[in-house]
This record gives sequence, C-alpha cells and structure tokens, in this order.
Amino acid sequence: MASGSSSSNWVMESGDIPHVLAVDDSLVDRKLVEKLLRNSCCKVTTAENGPKALELLGLSSGEQNTLNGRSKVNLVITDYCMPGMTGYELLKKIKQSSVMKEVPVVIMSSENIPTRVNKCLEEGAQMFILKPLKQSDVKQLTCQLMNLGR
Amino acid sequence: MEVGQMQRQWMGYMKSLFMEGFLDGQFLQLQQLQDENNPEFVVEVVSLFFEDSERILKDLSFAVDQQSVDFKKIDAHVHQFKGSSASIGAQRVKNACIAFRNFCEEQNIDACRSCLQQVKQEYIHVKNKLETLLRLEQQIVAAGGSIPMMEWN
Repeated sequence: MASGSSSSNWVMESGDIPHVLAVDDSLVDRKLVEKLLRNSCCKVTTAENGPKALELLGLSSGEQNTLNGRSKVNLVITDYCMPGMTGYELLKKIKQSSVMKEVPVVIMSSENIPTRVNKCLEEGAQMFILKPLKQSDVKQLTCQLMNLGR
Repeated sequence: MEVGQMQRQWMGYMKSLFMEGFLDGQFLQLQQLQDENNPEFVVEVVSLFFEDSERILKDLSFAVDQQSVDFKKIDAHVHQFKGSSASIGAQRVKNACIAFRNFCEEQNIDACRSCLQQVKQEYIHVKNKLETLLRLEQQIVAAGGSIPMMEWN
C-alpha cells in the first residue's frame, strides 16, 4: 500500500460509523469490498462506475445531492481501471469539487505500476491499494480513518 | 456419513485444490469473511463469479471470432476476467488470463484463440471443483456441523 501526504482532514466525529462509497465495475469485486468494509464496521454504498458515483456524491451537474444531503460520505474507494471514466478521472473530479475535495479517496488496482501510483498520489489520492483486497488492507484503512480527529 | 467424516473429506478436498493450484490464499480470505451475519457469503460470491465469467467468455468468443480483431477489446475482457478470478482465488484461471494478455499485446490472433480455449478449460475445471466443494459444505451444515477453518502458509 502507498500512502499520500499527511495533510488530511478526514472530518469524522468519534463514535460515528464511517460511510464509504465503493466504486468498481466488477460485480465480484463490489461484493468483496462491500463485505470487507462491513466487517470493519462501515456503512457501504456501492456504485458500478464513475458517473454513478458522482451522482451519489451530488457532484453531477444539475443533480440534487443524493447521498450527501442526508448521509455524509467519509471515504471513497475506487477501482482504477473502469470503462468510461477511470478511477483516476473520478479522483480528479472529486478533488476539483469545492464540496467533496476534503474526502479521502483511495485507489485500488490489480496492477502495481509506479507511474500509475505516483500520478494518483500526486492528484491527492490518500492511498493506493493493490487488488485483490484483503481483510488486513481494509482494517488498516479504516483504522486510519477512525483515528483521525482524535 | 457422519459429520466428522464429512469435515475430514472437506479438508482433504480443500488441501488438494490448493496443492494442485486451483485455488490460492485469496479463497481463504473469502472463507474467513463468512460469518453468522452472512452464512452464504462464499456461495454468493462464487455464484457471482460464475455468472460474470460466463458473460465474459461469451464476449471473448465473439471478439476473437471477428473478421477484424480488436485486440484492445479482447484485452479489456481478459483483464476483467483476470481481476475477478484473482479476487476469488481461482489461481489457474488468473494465470491463464495473464498468458492471454501477453498474446493480446503481441497481437497474435492464433495464440489468442488457443489461450481462449485454455482459459475456458481452466474455468470449467475450477467451476466443477468449487461446486463439489460447496456441495460438501452444504452437507456438513445440513448435518449440523460447521466448516473447518483452514490455514494456508
């Protein structure tokens, strides 16, 4: 796993259950990441592509806040390789928005390509995780998320 | 057959699947995720994998049969298959996909066609093995037993 810069402001009240948005075009991987996150006591919403994710985050142009009106997303975890909008492009869109730019975004990929990792971290990704995801990866991630703000 | 015997049979079968390289440690991750809240988790994920794989194999067959082959498209499908097989620990399928991708890069259509057959075979193989394994698990649970926890170093 590779971590980004430490200037993070993962705004979470202690005692809150983290709400994670997981984005992946693979059915199998969505099911897996959802279970891994639930096992780490997170509330999970899944999306199968970038545009759907943006919609859920209330970042689609002209769209009403779907999730974020009611339930604040504390973390976005997204696959890198997706048809249409890649995870990298999704990351950029989130970091460019005024509303969501503080939300940590984690990128997952089955390929450990240094240039890929670096460009994601440079664009503000909190972390880059190699697939297939394991319990230990997600535990580490959610511990970080819970420990901030203390 | 009594529960203890079934459990031993299951353990023996699991061990052989690992020894023969059909499954790797990632499958154990799935087993470990199954709990009382989600007692059917492994069956659900494996079923999704089967559905997904059949769709991908269909798309792949179509793509390699085209007059003018789109290697990028074929590679995209194989990449997907590699990902999902890796996620459930279907090691031999994953490895077959890795080899397949190399030939996509070389734009070698004959090798690609042969790889497709390989991948299909490995998929059918692991599908049968997993169905057998899950059937054994069902029998154990139906007889009031629990699935043993397996360690793999």
